[in-house]
Amino acid sequence: MTMPFYVSPEQLMKDRADFARKGIARGRMVVVAQYDGGIAFLAENPSRTLHKVSEIYDRIGFAAVGKYNEFENLRVAGIRYADLRGYSYDRSDVTARALANAYAQTLGAVFTEQSKPYEVEIVVAEVGHSADGDQIYRLTYDGSVADERGFVAMGGAAEQAERRLEEQWRPGMSLAEALRLGYGVLAADPAGGAARELGAEQLEAAVLDRSRPRRTFRRIGVATLAQLLSETSTVTDLPQDEG
Amino acid sequence: MSQTHEGRLPAAYLRAGSASFAEFLGEHAPTLLPGGRALPVGTAMEAPHGTTIVALVCAGGVVMAGDRRATMGSLIANRDMDKVFATDEFSVVGIAGTAGVAIELVKLYQVELEHYEKIEGTLMSLEGKANRLATMLRGNLGLAMQGLSVLPVFAGYDPDQQAGRIFSYDVTGGCYPERDHHCIGSGSLFARGALKKLWHPQMSSEQAVAIAVEALYDAAEDDSATGGPDVGRQIWPRVAVIDGQGVRFVGDDDLESMVLALVQARRGNPGGAR
Repeated sequence: MTMPFYVSPEQLMKDRADFARKGIARGRMVVVAQYDGGIAFLAENPSRTLHKVSEIYDRIGFAAVGKYNEFENLRVAGIRYADLRGYSYDRSDVTARALANAYAQTLGAVFTEQSKPYEVEIVVAEVGHSADGDQIYRLTYDGSVADERGFVAMGGAAEQAERRLEEQWRPGMSLAEALRLGYGVLAADPAGGAARELGAEQLEAAVLDRSRPRRTFRRIGVATLAQLLSETSTVTDLPQDEG
Repeated sequence: MSQTHEGRLPAAYLRAGSASFAEFLGEHAPTLLPGGRALPVGTAMEAPHGTTIVALVCAGGVVMAGDRRATMGSLIANRDMDKVFATDEFSVVGIAGTAGVAIELVKLYQVELEHYEKIEGTLMSLEGKANRLATMLRGNLGLAMQGLSVLPVFAGYDPDQQAGRIFSYDVTGGCYPERDHHCIGSGSLFARGALKKLWHPQMSSEQAVAIAVEALYDAAEDDSATGGPDVGRQIWPRVAVIDGQGVRFVGDDDLESMVLALVQARRGNPGGAR
């Protein structure tokens, strides 16, 4: 028979937090940044079908890093939550704030009650009718919520990435500028070496486009993304017909 | 389950599996389903009814048009009701029957398609969409047996066949692919007669819109529950064109000139003989 050892609550929480943080840092990075026409998502993701960024509702997008099965579970729950709310109230009553709260409660409950915390970090973003109305919430494995201004970087070497975004991000960037900034952050070597070369096909990009009438979420195809990322290209925004 | 986190998402939300919103509702909030409510026993009551919808295939797509009237017995309950709804980017539903239940059903169906698209990351096939509607209709059988029946007609663009297709239904949830054209509602007999004489294979969408409006005009002539175009109030039929570009509704200006031309052409020739 095994003897139950006493573990102090501080130690227990710390162990869980370390465990979750390690899992998250192993993953590839996602950058979310505001631009003049909405909110842009850029993730390093070689898969075309297993998405890290996706649509939750008309004006709400979702991005995640960490364990795929865990954040996929949360993504589906978020879509169910939003669709049920929109169906029983009205489409305009579905808000990122309420969803972020529900996620926070869920992550918090899993962190304290279950033996293994979720190894995920997620962003819930809502595009407003003007740039002032944009909301970006970052949720961590323990259920903490942060209301972020302008940009978020998650996964991998997120701290260095955030420092770089802090220096270089400014309000009113064009989509191409925001994506190039995100690209620079994703490609940078945390050890300080030369930046990696990432092709557009290794990236997943999407926007919440303020100008679209109802469903504002739009994925950016590989060809368009390559054009937007190219320094020499004159393309700064999405073509109207691509969707 | 501990009560320390009351705002957390219920377990049903986090369960892996179905991409169907209707199934999720059935498990989690069955009272929100149109057919999920217990009904008092008794005879049928009177509720507003929607009437005629026509759908016809055209070159590279399909056109659906509906009149705007809802009736309650011999009373006109609504003059400008919408009975043709875009359900996603490439499909529309037209409804006849009990308006309240039908609109609720369409609303649920719209969420169902969008829900699937978001969860699966891809559009449902056209047959899949048609079958989902049949499943929902089956859930409504209890209401139908109490006289609150709903009869939809579904039309959409099939990207595999690069053509428009029409599906009709019965109250038990039977789903039937239709060729060429189909009409539902109280004025459907007259509209069908008109379409039989006016429809040709490979019509352009403009021609198809024009004859859809004409078929509704014929239905309104002989069926009191179908509303004709209302020139005084400027209420025109609702007409949707679905092709490879998606769903678009024909603008009021175009419909107005079409209707005025039709009225002019029928002067002294009320049956529209050719």
